[in-house]
Amino acid sequence: MMTACGGGDAANAGPPGAPTLEKETSSSEAASSSGKAKLLTDADVTLGDIDNGMVEKGKTTYDVKCQACHSMGENRVVGPGWKGITTRRKPEWIMNMIVNTDAMLAEDPEAQRQLEQCLVRMPNQNLSMDEARQVLEFMRTL
Amino acid sequence: MKRPLLITTGTMALAGLAFVLVNTLPGCRPTTTQTVVTGDAASKVYVKPGTHDEFYNMVSGGFSGQLAVYGLPSGRLLREVPVFSVDPETGYGYSEETKGMLMTSHGFIPWDDSHHPELSQTNGVPDGKWCFINGNNTPRIALIDLGTFRTHSIIEIPNSAGNHSSPFTTGNSEYVVAGTRFSVPMGDDAQRDVPISSYKETFKGTVSFIHPEPETGKMSIAFQIVTPAVDFDLSHAGKGPSEGWFFFSCYNTEQAYSLLEVNASQRDKDFIMAVNWKMAEQLAKEGKGKRVPGKHYSNWWNDKTHSSETTVIDDVLQLDPKEHPGLLYFMPCPKSPHGCDVDPTGKYIVGSGKLAALIPVFSFEKMQKAIAGNEVEGDFAGIPVLKYESVLHGEVKKPGLGPLHTEFDANGNAYTSFFVSSEIVKWNVEKLEVVDRVPTYYSIGHLCVPGGDSKQPWGKYVIAYNKITKDRYLPTGPELTQSAQLYSIDGDKMELLLDFPTTGEPHYAQAIPADLVKPREVKFFKIEENQHPYVAKGEKEARVERNGNEVHVWMTSIRSHFAPDNIEGVKLGDEVYFHVTNLEQDWDVPHGFAIKGAANAELLIMPGETQTLKWVPTRVGVWPMYCTDFCSALHQEMQGYVRVSPANSTVPLKGETVSVDAGV
Repeated sequence: MMTACGGGDAANAGPPGAPTLEKETSSSEAASSSGKAKLLTDADVTLGDIDNGMVEKGKTTYDVKCQACHSMGENRVVGPGWKGITTRRKPEWIMNMIVNTDAMLAEDPEAQRQLEQCLVRMPNQNLSMDEARQVLEFMRTL
Repeated sequence: MKRPLLITTGTMALAGLAFVLVNTLPGCRPTTTQTVVTGDAASKVYVKPGTHDEFYNMVSGGFSGQLAVYGLPSGRLLREVPVFSVDPETGYGYSEETKGMLMTSHGFIPWDDSHHPELSQTNGVPDGKWCFINGNNTPRIALIDLGTFRTHSIIEIPNSAGNHSSPFTTGNSEYVVAGTRFSVPMGDDAQRDVPISSYKETFKGTVSFIHPEPETGKMSIAFQIVTPAVDFDLSHAGKGPSEGWFFFSCYNTEQAYSLLEVNASQRDKDFIMAVNWKMAEQLAKEGKGKRVPGKHYSNWWNDKTHSSETTVIDDVLQLDPKEHPGLLYFMPCPKSPHGCDVDPTGKYIVGSGKLAALIPVFSFEKMQKAIAGNEVEGDFAGIPVLKYESVLHGEVKKPGLGPLHTEFDANGNAYTSFFVSSEIVKWNVEKLEVVDRVPTYYSIGHLCVPGGDSKQPWGKYVIAYNKITKDRYLPTGPELTQSAQLYSIDGDKMELLLDFPTTGEPHYAQAIPADLVKPREVKFFKIEENQHPYVAKGEKEARVERNGNEVHVWMTSIRSHFAPDNIEGVKLGDEVYFHVTNLEQDWDVPHGFAIKGAANAELLIMPGETQTLKWVPTRVGVWPMYCTDFCSALHQEMQGYVRVSPANSTVPLKGETVSVDAGV
């Protein structure tokens, strides 16, 4: 997150200067626990059988923090619809978009390509690692 | 103070007078900026882009009623915190939730005159938790939370008029005080409806001790001490050896009630009043006080419901010093004392007679001996007056003209502002010797050294807050910005570094190292913890409901749309309440809300917060609403419509957000 926007690229589409300063003190659990936004790798996210308890919690978080922009169908509202998302994206990529949003928009070519389509920077909704994992579990059911 | 002076002195007359007076004093420096700026001043105030200032400077807005926050040494304005005055920029005093913060026993009061910011203290040192500030006109004290830089609590002070000698704090912020400037008649209606000429017989003063609850910041009046009728001006708590005492300067011991300019300047000496607050606290605890009429409001901001809560209290606990010898003493102080400042050791109390040509310094140790030895010269309205010579540490002779206020560094030096001779004078507290002086531009009032009224001043700078601006900046018609100057005090000589313009009237200010404040900063409000009665936690909860002629809209905002953004079924005669919840959960993503014809202001809603705008449509039609705070590349798309139909319309009430399939 410290390395956010390169000069004048698509990552600068947000409020001027917002994502650059002092993210190291962000209250985001993900950011503070990982210090300088170290992206998750496939080793960090393991999927087992679908855990219905986690799915339920993930749905609750979705309703408050995600639903305004992401439908459960295929259609895009602001961001892409989530139906079948786990077949199109790797689990760690999804997790990184949720908890390391600004770093992904700054560094990841796929995230940047998505931003070029949607034109609204995905907000960092400050989900904890657990909450993000629960949302991922919910996505697997769509 | 500024505006009457301008009226009575004409254009450059006062500044000119100040120059003449400065130049007649020994040891004065030349008074042009060109000759007083020496060395590499620029590099000492330069804060590189993207880096932060070293100090926060909390500066009162004076007649703006607000608190301005600057960075030092750059002098950059960081924020203007709405306190006693409404603020259409943030919706403070306009949104339904914030209106209660400005409620008083006189009703809704949209303005005040804020004078003295005072940082909360722990062990006699500013701790960065809160900043207090007084409202003069409709006597109040506000508490600003330095985690949110928002007004968190406001208490009204009953039996007070012109709350000037306020809100100075005890060493652990057990209390902040409020001394009345105007003495007034008190009691029931019949007791208050008296001829003004009965001042000496029927008017009284009060000093109140207000307790902020450490966890919540809720304020209550612990006790109020009744005093003879005088004008209280400023105050400071004792510390170290003088801990447990509070000192108030007072003028108008002539007890004049008209043309005070002349009639209250007759006596050679007025007083500094010493209050044994530990004793008062004990008396209150023992039930020795009396509850008397004193209706007042205590307003508190709840960060969970994002709403104000008001408590109305009908009376106040008063202590009568005549019944409790040892509670109050007067110390004679030359010529209408203004500043009343206690040095970092707590051994000395500096009085600044604003019409005197000397600075008296009182010794707390001598005061205690004088009390023990009954060294009194008489009494004033029943309160013992100690002998001047018995309590005096000494006088600084011929320091300048019109001493007002004194702050301190950690090396035994005092810095006193001189309004008439327009300068800061540095002097040694023990030796009472002047060691340096610098001119200010123009006619300084208060001054500030970081931590300069505490046990451990951080020093480094002194800042002059001036009453007259004149030619310091690009002219802007008859009304000018106000003026402050930053000086380095690191060396033996004070060194002018920077002019910076200020908003309102920079009456008094305090400064604190940024490192003590920054870790407290709240970046957003957690949506899970939002307990607002009309919160919409997600778009699933967005809706419109009718209750009689009230229409309530549970609305959400997130980059970059509202839900609902199409509302129909509103009728003329309805009152529409937009309860807007900002669903964002990241730093620095407020959303705004405005609707055409709203007779108040916008809302500015922080992430995770809910705020309410009341709108009473006056015409049939379809009316636009939009987000006012640039939030994303599609901010200009963040808009919607409200359809208003005639009063007898049957259009069903509905609110929706209609999405087309935008494709993936």
